[in-house]
Amino acid sequence: MPELCGIDLATAVINASGTYDAIAARQTFGDALLDDFPFAAFVSKTITPEPRAGNAPRRIWETPAGMLNSIGLPNKGLDGFLAEDLPRLAELPVPLIVSIMATTREDFARCARRVAARREVAAIELNISCPNVHSGLIVGENPSETEALMDALRPLTEKPLIVKLTPNTADPASVAAGAERGGADAVSLINTLKGTAVDPATGGPALGNGYGGLSGPAVRPVALEQVRSVRARVDLPIIGMGGISSGADAAEFIALGAAVVAVGTESFRDPRAGSRVATELESSLLSERSSEPALDLD
Amino acid sequence: MDSAPLPRPGAASPAPFGRRLCDVASNRDSGGYRVVSLIDREGPEPEPGQFYMLAAAAGWGADDGRAFLPRAISVAETRADAAGGGIRLDFLLDAVGPGTGRLCDIEAGEGVWITGPLGNSFASPREVEPEAAGAVLVGGGVGVAPLALLRKRFSERGVPHRVLLGYRDRAHTGGLDLFCGSSGALCPEVKLSTEDGHAGFQGRVTDLLLPILAGDDASLGVVYTCGPPAMLEAVRALCAEHGVACELALESTMACGFGACFGCAVPKPGGGFLRLCVDGPVLRGGQVEEVSHAYA
Repeated sequence: MPELCGIDLATAVINASGTYDAIAARQTFGDALLDDFPFAAFVSKTITPEPRAGNAPRRIWETPAGMLNSIGLPNKGLDGFLAEDLPRLAELPVPLIVSIMATTREDFARCARRVAARREVAAIELNISCPNVHSGLIVGENPSETEALMDALRPLTEKPLIVKLTPNTADPASVAAGAERGGADAVSLINTLKGTAVDPATGGPALGNGYGGLSGPAVRPVALEQVRSVRARVDLPIIGMGGISSGADAAEFIALGAAVVAVGTESFRDPRAGSRVATELESSLLSERSSEPALDLD
Repeated sequence: MDSAPLPRPGAASPAPFGRRLCDVASNRDSGGYRVVSLIDREGPEPEPGQFYMLAAAAGWGADDGRAFLPRAISVAETRADAAGGGIRLDFLLDAVGPGTGRLCDIEAGEGVWITGPLGNSFASPREVEPEAAGAVLVGGGVGVAPLALLRKRFSERGVPHRVLLGYRDRAHTGGLDLFCGSSGALCPEVKLSTEDGHAGFQGRVTDLLLPILAGDDASLGVVYTCGPPAMLEAVRALCAEHGVACELALESTMACGFGACFGCAVPKPGGGFLRLCVDGPVLRGGQVEEVSHAYA
């Protein structure tokens, strides 16, 4: 059975943060969602210290084999999440990983402490694709910022801390190394790649925010290379993601050293993509095993 | 902030979980648009205003890597499929890009992935306005689709209603046949406006609506509208001006249709956003400040 930082998982497939609202999905599909939950663990949307409304429309734009988004992390804020959403997410039949983000170490610490204190939470994912307002640096672009953030958060909880790496930096592996030095339990990658598009109807930016993040099969080769380079640099378990839409895609991430994979954009196209990818992955790993020469003949 | 979704008046059982493959029963011309009929053997019957996410099983992505995402399309007509034991879902489609283009080209016997029915539905006039005596349906372009199903439902339930449909010119009169009775003639409660004057009243559909709103008409109750953003905004503003309740079925770019992507944000009066897929697609006039091309 796959395992992540001591958490037993029924399959090796979880969701990417921000790509599945299990509460809205349950409202749409009813309790069939719980009977056949598509992921082995559920990662929440990123929670920030204060509520956020999100970015002005247009928020999404289709691109070749992918899409741009500039959603802007809409969420109820830490208090609203803990009071309203967490009890409902705890009804899901899988372990819960809560994604958090803040723009100061103090706020990050406050979020981490309060989220970790809830027994419904199995692990915390740190979204570090954000600036530290004191240094002005994007935490996830900078190994020493990342290490310092981990130094601040590590003493606060025994629960696993997963660092979500940004691909929008020259050397993600060195940031992963900073996370490892600071005591991270795992890294997840990739987040979306910065990108933009022009709306042919207006000649202006297609997205209300001017730019967004690219996801979908278009980013998969980039994600695979980042997983490979991070694997070469750190010993931490890796949650690999970026354009996975089939078991064969997931197997590529596993082959390059990911312990677990996450499905994101594909769930938009197929609400049960997680289950499908897990089934396909299992059969592809089985057939791989059965095709290996049998060496231990005694 | 995302508010709790409105209750769904009359909403049926939830959509089956996941996407499912449906056979295309037919694809016919409808005044320049296409009516694509699918046979759904699993889902519940949709309510007027609800939509499905559609993607062709083959050739999706064949146009330089697009279409990639499924397309959110309102259901225009539904009936029992005697042969297959399921329901037939009719969708009115205008080829405006790689996704709708592929769906417009689809042939009988091909497969289409569907998820749905999704979103809320139109409420009855009395649910919107306890004193309402009836309904006025105002549609334009490909947006006449959900009003066709609504008209049928109102007819079946004896809700007094009138229908105003606006079209640009002769080349754009798609979906009109969805408002015809079994004899093939346009239903008597339907009035047409065309900007080129080739049929019906020459002008805009709001020119037909204004005298109804301004007059002292006992059958007036609630306005139901769907169409291009400029028309929706004109109808919304007219209704607000005359103190008449209205429900608008909006459109937005959507990646998922079930609340996952947060892409279909519609600004709320006073700040924050609705998710059109789960809070709509049908919104009350007061839930929208101004219908804009930015999200519609």
